[in-house]
Amino acid sequence: MSSIDTDVGRRTGQANPGPSWRERLTKALPIFVLVPSLAASFVYIFVFTSWTLYISLSNSSLLPSYGFVGLDNYASLWSNRRWNIAYSNLFFFSAFYIVGAMAIGLALAILIDQRVRGEAMWRTIFLYPLAVSFIVTGTVWSWLYNPVDGIQMLVRSLGWTNFNFALASDRNTAIYAIIITGIWQSSGFAMALFLAGLRSVDQDLIKAAQIDGASTFRTYRKVILPVIAPIFLAVAVIQIQFAIKTFDLVAALTRGGPGISTTFPAIYVYDLMFQRGQIGEGAAAAMMMLAALAVVLVPYSFYVVWRHRKESRHG
Amino acid sequence: MSSLTIRNLRKSFGAVEVLKGINIEAQAGEFIALVGPSGCGKSTLLAMIAGLETVSEGEIRIGDRLVNSVAPKDRDIAMVFQSYALYPTMTVRENITFGMESRGVPKPQRDEAVKRVSALLQIEPLLGRKPGQLSGGQRQRVAMGRALVRDPKLFLFDEPLSNLDAKLRVDMRTEIKKLHHRVGKTTVYVTHDQVEAMTLASRIAVMHQGQVQQFDEPQTVYDRPANMFVAGFMGSPAMNFIPAEVGTDTDGKPAVSIKTAGASTTMLALHEGVSGISTRNVILGVRPEHIFRYSPELKAAKPSIAKVDAPVEMVEPTGAETIGFMRFGDLEVVGRFDPDEAPRMGETITLGIDMSHACLFDPITKKLL
Ligand SMILES: Nc1ncnc2c1ncn2[C@@H]1O[C@H](COP(=O)(O)OP(=O)(O)OP(=O)(O)O)[C@@H](O)[C@H]1O
Ligand SMILES: [Mg+2]
Repeated sequence: MSSIDTDVGRRTGQANPGPSWRERLTKALPIFVLVPSLAASFVYIFVFTSWTLYISLSNSSLLPSYGFVGLDNYASLWSNRRWNIAYSNLFFFSAFYIVGAMAIGLALAILIDQRVRGEAMWRTIFLYPLAVSFIVTGTVWSWLYNPVDGIQMLVRSLGWTNFNFALASDRNTAIYAIIITGIWQSSGFAMALFLAGLRSVDQDLIKAAQIDGASTFRTYRKVILPVIAPIFLAVAVIQIQFAIKTFDLVAALTRGGPGISTTFPAIYVYDLMFQRGQIGEGAAAAMMMLAALAVVLVPYSFYVVWRHRKESRHG
Repeated sequence: MSSLTIRNLRKSFGAVEVLKGINIEAQAGEFIALVGPSGCGKSTLLAMIAGLETVSEGEIRIGDRLVNSVAPKDRDIAMVFQSYALYPTMTVRENITFGMESRGVPKPQRDEAVKRVSALLQIEPLLGRKPGQLSGGQRQRVAMGRALVRDPKLFLFDEPLSNLDAKLRVDMRTEIKKLHHRVGKTTVYVTHDQVEAMTLASRIAVMHQGQVQQFDEPQTVYDRPANMFVAGFMGSPAMNFIPAEVGTDTDGKPAVSIKTAGASTTMLALHEGVSGISTRNVILGVRPEHIFRYSPELKAAKPSIAKVDAPVEMVEPTGAETIGFMRFGDLEVVGRFDPDEAPRMGETITLGIDMSHACLFDPITKKLL
């Protein structure tokens, strides 16, 4: 390229001035813009993750210290009953929360997709919970679940004096209270994504299915939903990382109780690090949370890359 | 096989009336082309025949059955969409059998039908692929296959070839024609390509602004367009419209005078068939292929040829023919010439105009006189 340039310059008898400072600036601009955020991401993700990993292998207690103790912190973590409950709660909660939020979100999206009147209003109503932070949601729902002045009290005051509703105060059912609240909060979000997906489906496909004699149910199941399958995956992945970080919702709703029945890993990590001064074991717990995320996200990112390759290969 | 009758059909979207009283009657086995410029309501009409749009007013009959409020699946039609609308997550085979499956056709029969259609359209090797892995032409075939696999009363095509490149379009056009000969089903075919309409259809409905301007056999639509819109729409390059005055020539025969080079006028004797024109001002419509280089031999062979001198402003060779642009007064007139006798730029050419093919239009109503 450059040899051709100089060639032309020589032939026309003019000096080739090379790129001007303006051109150079234009080329460099993207790098300038990206460097700060790349650097920040690098520091926050890789440096801090590595540091946390190292701390989890150290004998840190109230303050970081760097004596290497191998997997001691992990062993102590897994021998703790509370952590085991927290970790299994995470999987139990995630499964129900994700499936529930997606099912309800999809159902709402399909209902709204039937061109209901006042669509914008419905959309806003269902999406509204997302605008409220988990802390507020948790607090409001803790009032609703409260036997003394919540739903139980309301129904009893209407005359059903034997009515019992104490979901959040029973150690066996408290986790369901959290699941229900979580679903309430985020099914609107799932709905919004699904609805956008449904609306992006080529209308001719639906017409073709109509002519082909498919019922509405069959059209959704065989034609429309398969087309928006990637959206299911995206919604699921977003919900999973919501689920794994669950902290504020539980903190405001049950504070991990009654007893330790609704402890979650994030709460446990917070406890260890900032309440009990066991930074080493807290870091180990944090690494276990990262592992739970990685189990989901690593295959997903491989899948995304694979699909992208496949698509670009077929044009 | 059955006929299709559309009577006084109207369609409004809110306050906008898109179709304003459409009347079309197709005999059993006929191939009807709907042509017209973009937005004239062709797709809307087709969707109404299919039952995908409701009828505002009027009636649609398939055979003797009034289908105004019959669901699409019960109308016994098959449709090929402009976008093909192949189900992207299904294989070609599943795409073709989806309709039969929805209707509960048993598997052996479905397999039989797929075999028949894929042989007919030569898509056997594609049966296991997904639409995303097909070329445009292959997709088009699959879309045809999905329509052909059933045995409907009526075929509807919405610009099925408009997404193909020029060469493939010509090939597929021929194939559709052959297919129609073989299958013989009543077909309504939407296109905005007038060549497609001319080559395929047994009758053409030319639509404009929600109305059928003319519904007739292709050659009639071409030779005797009902009005200036149809005349201008059918044929490329378009028909020349030359303002003219009716009078008599030196022999006392009916003729028209037109403005030619400079301020002069030329009298053109009208064809014998033309008589009884009461208006004085008319529009003379002449197709470019009826304008050529004049020679006495041609005139001797065809007395209806009139002679005009005109300066040549531009020529465009296309290979098979050369398009010439000549000046007539303040108009530019287009002619199609044999490359061997093509005009040269700047030359003043003596043109022959075949008046036996000329059309006269009323300048106010725009209708054929
Ligand atoms: N759902 C709708 N709501 C309102 N107006 C519509 C609707 N569908 C079509 N129209 C209008 O009806 C007119 C005819 O549309 P139609 O799609 O039938 O045109 P067409 O002849 O098929 O054009 P093209 O050649 O571009 O496909 C257009 O002016 C269009 O804007
Ligand atoms: Mg259209």
